Amino acid sequence: MTEEIIIAGFGGQGVLSMGKILCYSGVMEGQEVSWMPAYGPEMRGGTANVTVILSDNKISSPILDTFDTAIILNQQSMDKFESAVKPGGLLIYDGNGITRHPEREDINIYRIDAAEEATKMGSTKTFNMIVLGGYLKVKKLYKLESVIKGLKKSLPERYHHMIPVNEKAIHRGLEIIKEVATVN
Amino acid sequence: MEEFVLMKGNEAIAEAAIRAGTDGYFGYPITPQSEVIEYLAAAKPHERTGMVLLQAESEVAAINMLYGGAGAGKKVMTSSSSPGISLMQEGISYIAGSELPCLLVNVVRGGPGLGTIQPSQSDYFQSTKGGGHGDYNLIVLAPASVQEMADFVSLGYDLAFKYRNPVMIQTDGALGQMMEKVKFKPQQPRSKKSPDWATTGKTPDRERIIITSLDLDPSRQERFNEKLQVKYRTIKENEVRYEKIQCDDAEYLFVAYGTSSRICQKSMQMAREEGIKVGLFRPITLWPFPYNEIREMAGQVEGMLSVEMSAGQMVEDVRLAVEATVKVDHYGRMGGIIPSSEEIVEALKQKIIGG
Repeated sequence: MTEEIIIAGFGGQGVLSMGKILCYSGVMEGQEVSWMPAYGPEMRGGTANVTVILSDNKISSPILDTFDTAIILNQQSMDKFESAVKPGGLLIYDGNGITRHPEREDINIYRIDAAEEATKMGSTKTFNMIVLGGYLKVKKLYKLESVIKGLKKSLPERYHHMIPVNEKAIHRGLEIIKEVATVN
Repeated sequence: MEEFVLMKGNEAIAEAAIRAGTDGYFGYPITPQSEVIEYLAAAKPHERTGMVLLQAESEVAAINMLYGGAGAGKKVMTSSSSPGISLMQEGISYIAGSELPCLLVNVVRGGPGLGTIQPSQSDYFQSTKGGGHGDYNLIVLAPASVQEMADFVSLGYDLAFKYRNPVMIQTDGALGQMMEKVKFKPQQPRSKKSPDWATTGKTPDRERIIITSLDLDPSRQERFNEKLQVKYRTIKENEVRYEKIQCDDAEYLFVAYGTSSRICQKSMQMAREEGIKVGLFRPITLWPFPYNEIREMAGQVEGMLSVEMSAGQMVEDVRLAVEATVKVDHYGRMGGIIPSSEEIVEALKQKIIGG
């Protein structure tokens, strides 16, 4: 199994840490992982993205132009990465602030209104964990316990009291992700 | 047993530096390698091993602090990125001319000048052909993964002390910023013993030790240069390192190091799916360069493509290696652009197979 993912959105949405938790979940299950953030001028204007690769085998290039999965969390990222999903691949997006919804007909599209849900839950910081939960529902890559272990590894110890609320957010994501269109 | 952790390449260098028993790190922050000094500051190495961590007032100051520390027989290192490494060249030449060991890390960014902060490999000439003045060579190690970023710190010190020569780890912004899993070696204690050449204070039972790169007598200076060249020949004979990937049946060859070698591995898979038998030769030591090993491949393959994030620097060494017995060309992107695996396959087809 090799899964090549782009996670893209605004800085501060937890894009990079979501990628890191996903990578650590993979490490917990003995996988090879790579995490390549955009840095420097690409970050200006408040956008952030990270390329995550999870694989049973040694990873070749950490830098990619096309992806199995795009997790898209703002309009700029939709404009940039919708076309980068491989045919038959997966696009997950949060509808919040999206003015042009995905138009591809050769990929699987799911929507997760995580920003709205995070506000309802009274914990906007868990936004990225809701999205992660939604992704894991569709892809079923890892056991939930590996993800929680990954979460523990990613968070500094002073934030470990936040793990239950993050776990709850992951569960909420599993519940609320909605299929928009699928091709396979 | 140490377990795997996820870390950026820059952070892995910093943690490996503490564990290798580094006595002193002297540096000045610059993107894309500032995580080295940031990690060290947060890790409080003075509490863990007594290691000195010092942010110098400039790169010029940092390299001269290395010169002093190395002269005292200590394990010392610095890290910087291209413009900062340029500032250090005078000191690097002095350290090489004084036959002192130290570890230098260049997390290369696009140039020339202040350039960009995105990844590049355009400092190959500077690292391998001099950079500073005079007939000297650095041993240059080129990691291609976060694990190698960590491993080459202790390897770098071993080589530096074995040959009393500065060693450079030449990497780039992509490897510095990316995270992979990495397993560290156990903590090594800092050495309590000083090498016999170190300036640790004169005792009555021996002559004073003088460390200098200056000798105004040209005949003595020539003899010293001859001695240096003997050392460099020994290094060339013993320390060439490289990796060959899917070369056994290769009809074409990518030659690439660092980040480019990772991208080429993907290009190699893509080309092989189309039936093009291409292998990858990855120099691990950029100096000493694996001339003989690449020359051997010339008898087997129909052409070689040197892939670098530069205008074509290592390709000159590939050409020297094969001495015009096989077609050699270069493909690269500059200014901080990373080539895609697709465009490398296309370049192979156009420049080598169809060219």
